[in-house]
Amino acid sequence: MEMDTVLLSRLITAMTLGFHVIFATIGVGVPLMICIAEFVGIKKKDRHYILAKRWARGFVITVAIGVVTGTAIGLQLSLVWPNFMRVAGNVIALPLFMEVFAFFFEAIFLGIYLYTWDRFKNPIIHWLLSIPVVIGSMFSAIFITTVNSFMNTPAGFVLEGGDLSEVNPIEAMFSLATPSKVFHVLTSSYLTCAILLAAIAAFMILKKGASSYHKKALNLMLAVAFVFGAINLLSGDTSAKFLAEHQPEKLAAAEWHFETEKNADLILFGWLNEDNEPTGVIRIPGALSFLAHNDFNSEVIGLDQFPEDETPPLWVHYMFDFMAVIGMVLVAVSFFYFVLKKLKKWNELSKPMLLMIVSTGPLAFLAVEFGWIYAEVGRQPWIIRGYMTVAEGATTSPYLGLMFFLFLGLYIVLAIVCLTTLTKLFRQNPVEAELERQYPVKEERENDEL
Amino acid sequence: MSYEMIGISVLWIFLYGYIIVASVDFGAGFFAYYAKLTKKDHIMNQLISRYLSPVWEVTNVFFVFFFVGIIGFFPDTAYYYGTALLVPASISIILLAIRGSFYAFHNYGAKKSNIYMFLYGATGLFIPASLSVALTLSEGGFIVEENGTVSLQFAELFSSPLSWSIVVLAIVSVLFISAAFLSFYANRAQDTESLKIVRGYTLFWGTPMIVSALTAFIAISQHNERHFSNMMDLWWLLGLSVGFFMIAMWLIYRGKYYGLAFVSIMLQFLTAFFAYGIGHYPYLLYPYVTISDAATNETMGLALIIAFIGGLLLLIPSLMLLMKLFLFDADYVKGKK
Ligand code: HDD
Ligand code: HEM
Ligand code: HEM
Repeated sequence: MEMDTVLLSRLITAMTLGFHVIFATIGVGVPLMICIAEFVGIKKKDRHYILAKRWARGFVITVAIGVVTGTAIGLQLSLVWPNFMRVAGNVIALPLFMEVFAFFFEAIFLGIYLYTWDRFKNPIIHWLLSIPVVIGSMFSAIFITTVNSFMNTPAGFVLEGGDLSEVNPIEAMFSLATPSKVFHVLTSSYLTCAILLAAIAAFMILKKGASSYHKKALNLMLAVAFVFGAINLLSGDTSAKFLAEHQPEKLAAAEWHFETEKNADLILFGWLNEDNEPTGVIRIPGALSFLAHNDFNSEVIGLDQFPEDETPPLWVHYMFDFMAVIGMVLVAVSFFYFVLKKLKKWNELSKPMLLMIVSTGPLAFLAVEFGWIYAEVGRQPWIIRGYMTVAEGATTSPYLGLMFFLFLGLYIVLAIVCLTTLTKLFRQNPVEAELERQYPVKEERENDEL
Repeated sequence: MSYEMIGISVLWIFLYGYIIVASVDFGAGFFAYYAKLTKKDHIMNQLISRYLSPVWEVTNVFFVFFFVGIIGFFPDTAYYYGTALLVPASISIILLAIRGSFYAFHNYGAKKSNIYMFLYGATGLFIPASLSVALTLSEGGFIVEENGTVSLQFAELFSSPLSWSIVVLAIVSVLFISAAFLSFYANRAQDTESLKIVRGYTLFWGTPMIVSALTAFIAISQHNERHFSNMMDLWWLLGLSVGFFMIAMWLIYRGKYYGLAFVSIMLQFLTAFFAYGIGHYPYLLYPYVTISDAATNETMGLALIIAFIGGLLLLIPSLMLLMKLFLFDADYVKGKK
C-alpha cells in the first residue's frame, strides 16, 4: 500500500511535468523566434515576415495551455509532495517565488504585444515590446531550473537531526548543477522551437507548394536551429562533464559504466544480458572518458562506488542515448539543408529533404522528454539528493489513484482542444488572405523577393 | 513588524486582489452564459470579451502568486493543506484548466459551441465554490492529524452549515462584484443597452449578498467561537463594510458614478476581508498551524521580502502601461481599437 502511493505520486508528477514541459519549452523558445522574425521583417521591410504575427497568434493558444498546466504542477508539488515542499520550501522558495514575477512580467507584456500590432506609427516600438516577453520567459526557465538543480546538488543549508539551519537562499539557487542545467535547458528550448517552426513551414510547403512566405520561414528557422543546435551540443557536453564531476552515479547509470576505470568506452544502445553485461552495443573506445573530462585517459567513476540502493535504474541509458542521438540528427539535418542550398544543382526543397525536416519537429520534442526523464529518473532514489528520498517526500493521501485518472482525462482534453483550435485558427485564415488584408495596395509586389 | 507579519499581510492583500479580479472574471462567465440563454448575448458578450481577453492571464498569476508565496513564507502550510486538499484542490485545478482553455478556444475557435459556453459559465461558479473550501478548512475541525498522518474529514465537511454558507457567500459575492464592475465598464464604453442589463444584475444580487454574508457570520460563531469574538472586536471594520455596501447600492440605484460605486464595493470587501483575516490571527490552520510556528527561517523571509519589493518595482510600471493601453484608453474601451 505504502509503495503504491509513492508510485502513483511519481506517475502523476511525471505525467503533469511531461505534459507541461511541451508547452513550457514552446513558451520559452517561441517568443525569441517571434522576436527574431519581426526584427528581420522590419529591417528588410518585407511583409512576408507577417509570420511573426501569425506565430504569435498560435503562441497564445499554447500559452493558455502552458499556464493551466503550470498552475496544475505548481499546486501539485504541494499536494503530492507535501513533505518535500515543507523542507524545500525553507531553502529553495526564493526562485519559485521569483518565477511568479517573471511570469507576471511576461504575461503583462505578452498581453500588450498581442493587442498592439497596429497601434504604433513606428514598428520598432512594437518590436521592442517583444523583448520583455523573451526576457520574462527566459527568466522563468532559469528560476525553475535552479529549483531542479537544487534537488540534484542541494546546497545552502545545514541539516542536523531534522532541523534546518544556516539557510542561504542564494547559495541554494546557485548550486553546482545550476550553470550547466540552465545553459542546456535554454539552448535546447530555443533549438526545439526553431525546429518546430521549421517543421511546420516544411509541412506547408509539402502540402501547398513553395510559396515565398513559407520558404522564408523555413530558411530563417533552420538557420536559427543550426546555431542553437551547435550550441546545444556544447551545453549537453557541459552537462555531462558536470555529472562526471558532481553526480557520477547518474552518468554511470546512463552509460552502463559499472567499474571505475581509465580510458572508458562510450556505449550506445544494446541491452543487458542476465549477468548485467552490456550486449549488442556500439562501443566508442575512450569516448566516455572524453565526454566526462575532455581527456581520453581520464578516470570515470562507475556504479561500483555506490551502494546498490542509491543508484538509479539502468534503463535511463536509453533515454540518454535517444536524446544525444536526436541532438546530433537535428544539427545534421539543418546543416545538410544549407549545403544543398549552396550547391546550385541540388534542390533543398526536394520531397525527401522536406519530409526529413518535418520529422525533426516531433523528434526535438521527444529529445526534451527523454532528457527530462533521464535527469529526473537518474536522480533516483533521491528527491533531494543525499537528504530525502522520493518515498519520504510523497503524500500519504489515499485518493491518488482517482486523481491520476482525473488528470489523465484533463490532459487528453487539453491536448485535443489545443490541436483542434490551432488547426482551425490557421485553416480559417490562410497566409494569402491575411497578406491581402494587411497590405491590399502592394499587391503587385507579391513575388519580388527570392 | 516581524517579517512573517509582513509576509502574511502581503499575501492577504494579494489574495484580496485575486478575489476582486477573479470575481469579475468568474461572474462575467456566468453572465455571458445567462445572456446567451436569454438571447441577449449579442449586446453583452462584446463587452465581456473586450475586457477579459487581455487580462485573464494576469488574473491567474495573482492566484499562483498567492499559493507560491504562502508556501515560501509558511512551508508548514504545504504539509497540512497539501495533504488534506489533494481532492478539492485537484478539482479546482481541473476547473481552472477548463476555463483557461476556454480563452484559447473562444478567441480563435470557429464557433462558440453551446457546451463550451456552458462550461465557461458553470466553472465561473464552481471554481469560487471549490476554492472557498480552503477558507472553511482553516476554521479547524475538518483537517485532523493522527499518528503523523493528516487527513480530511469529508463527511463533516459536507454536513457542516459553515462550509455551505461559505460556498454560497463565495458564489453570490462573485456575481455581485462582477455585475458592479461590468456596470462601470459598460458605462465607460457608453454601451447603454448592456448597462441597463448589468445594472439590473447588480441591484438584484445586492440583497442575497448581504444576507449570505450574515449567514456565514453566524455559521462561524457556531463553529469557531474564538474567531467570531475576535471579529466582533473589530466591529468598526465590519460597520465600515456595511456602510460602503450601502453607498455602492445607492449610487447604482441612482444610476450615477459607477466608478465610485465599484470602488465602494472594493472597499466593502477590503474591510470585511481584513476583519475576517485579522480575526483569524494567529492561526493559518486552526489549531495546527500558527503564523509564528509555520514561518520560514529569517534569511528566507528576508530574501522573499526583498524579492517581493524588487518584483513590485518591475511590475507596477508594467501594469500601469497595461491599464493605460486597455482599461483606461477610452477609444479601446469603446471598441474602436
Ligand atoms: C532538444 C532537446 C535536447 C537535445 C537535442 C539534447 N538534450 Fe540533453 N537534455 C535536454 C534536452 C536535450 C533537457 C530536456 O533540457 C535536459 C533535461 C534536464 C536538463 O537539465 O536538461 C537534458 C539533460 C541532459 C543531461 C543531464 C543533466 C543533469 O541531469 O544535470 C545530460 C548529461 C545531457 N542532457 C547531455 C546531452 C548531450 C550530450 C546531448 C547531445 C549530444 C544532448 N543532451 C542533447
Ligand atoms: C521544481 C522542480 C521540480 C520538482 C520539485 C520535481 C519533482 C519531481 C518528482 C518528485 C518526481 C517523481 C520522482 C522521480 O521519479 O524522480 C519527478 C519526476 C519527473 N520530473 Fe521532475 N521535478 C522538478 C523539475 C522538473 C522539471 C522542470 C521537469 C521538466 C519539465 C521535470 C520532469 C520530470 C519528469 C519527466 C519526471 C518523470 C520521471 C519518472 O518517470 O519517474 N521535473 N519530478
Ligand atoms: C517543477 C517544475 C515547474 C513548475 C512548478 C512550473 C510552474 C508553472 C506555473 C505555476 C505556471 C503558470 C504561471 C502563470 O499562471 O502564468 C507555468 C507556466 C510556465 N512554465 Fe512552468 N513550471 C515548471 C516547469 C517548467 C519548466 C521546466 C519550464 C521551462 C523550461 C517552465 C516554463 C514555463 C513557462 C514559460 C510558462 C508560461 C506559460 C507559457 O508561456 O507557455 N516551467 N509553470
